[in-house]
Amino acid sequence: MASLGELERAVMDLLWAGQEAATANTLRDLLARDSEAEGGSAGHQGKDLAVTTVLTVLSRLEKKGLVERERGTRPHRYQAVSSREDHTAELMHEVLGSAPDREAVLARFIGSVTESEAATLRKLLGEH
Amino acid sequence: MFWTSYFLAVLALVLAWPVPVLLSRAAWPARAPFTAMVLWQAIALAGGLSMIGAMLVYGLEPVGDNLIAGLRALAGMVLYNEPTTALGFWHLFALSAAALLSAHLVFTLLLTYVKIERQRRRHRELLALLASPSADGPGTVVINHDSPVAYCLPGGARSVTVLSDGLMARLEPAELRAVLIHENAHLSQRHDLLLWAFAAWRQALPWFPTTRYAQLAVNSLIEMLADDVALRSESKATLIKAIALVAGGASSAASDGPAVAAPAEAGSLGTGSFSAGSFSTGSFSTTGGADSPRTTASRVSRLLSPEPPLKPAYRALVLAASALLLAAPTALLIVPGLLG
Repeated sequence: MASLGELERAVMDLLWAGQEAATANTLRDLLARDSEAEGGSAGHQGKDLAVTTVLTVLSRLEKKGLVERERGTRPHRYQAVSSREDHTAELMHEVLGSAPDREAVLARFIGSVTESEAATLRKLLGEH
Repeated sequence: MFWTSYFLAVLALVLAWPVPVLLSRAAWPARAPFTAMVLWQAIALAGGLSMIGAMLVYGLEPVGDNLIAGLRALAGMVLYNEPTTALGFWHLFALSAAALLSAHLVFTLLLTYVKIERQRRRHRELLALLASPSADGPGTVVINHDSPVAYCLPGGARSVTVLSDGLMARLEPAELRAVLIHENAHLSQRHDLLLWAFAAWRQALPWFPTTRYAQLAVNSLIEMLADDVALRSESKATLIKAIALVAGGASSAASDGPAVAAPAEAGSLGTGSFSAGSFSTGSFSTTGGADSPRTTASRVSRLLSPEPPLKPAYRALVLAASALLLAAPTALLIVPGLLG
């Protein structure tokens, strides 16, 4: 596990895959197991992964609004705020939606098209 | 001094309404997108400059023969409490309006930048977790979504081009290359700066026809510029097919909902996630803005029935006119002060 970014991704993958909230300890064990399963040089690094590192990653994810902490329990248990699909949908909403203040955020290959225009394009596609 | 402000006011008016209306209806920008882009920038800059300049010059008329002398006198009043009796109500009004407008423009430009950057950062964060790197090279990632989607997220060294599974499944390698070259052209030609400036310009003065026309024109012109780059290495038929596939696919996914979910070959997720994705696509694509369709239509017709590029002489003429548009108000504001 090289960077915090990669760890964030791995932690989110675990949280998205799991049904229940998990503690930092559980996550650390799962991460270590995963990197062992991958084998190679990544394996021994995974074993060295400290719980504090996992907690750092979790707090970063919490700040980004991706992970939430169950308040009542100790040690804290963490879970994903929304599913991977919901986040993808959120992204695509930002991409495909055409709020005027979002127009400058990214450049789409094709803007939104009307149904009649799409039909014309499909017809055109048949000709080519 | 009076005539200067009069001339600048007329120039500001002309650039705020008739000129952008005429230019947005003209056909030649499709034949010389770069030149047209320069002209739009000149119109926006000269328009803002003459608006502020007209008010400034009018307001300072009683205290100086030219702008520089007037500003010096004004600085004396503001900094050293010199008497302001020379300025009447309307002069003070014009000066305040000029100051407010300048501050408003600068502030909106900065605010728009912050907003755009914030959204891009959030978008990049989510991409880092959701998208997987693509075989098409560094800076290209694939996201698990069955509508055909391609876009680029500018951000200097962290710029990223995003393709969807649905796009990869539908496009042939050559078409995919055309899409990638198109998106990379946006990044390498720094179209994000144009998008930012004209979005801010419209945000700042939404009731001015010029800002709306300018933004629509710029959105369309950058697509044409990127298409032209793609045409250098891929054939016209390939690019047209890519546009038609993406546009047609996006629309059918939007109108028919989950029924047209793409083949799930690349998906590691269950069917549930696919229908969720398609469903949310349906809920917003149909309400898509009225701005973009015209862009796609004009792009396609430009590719289907291409007209020869604008003659170099005409392009030079437009570029000279753009330079003059910028030089005239600048000279009117500054040269009398330098001479006097």
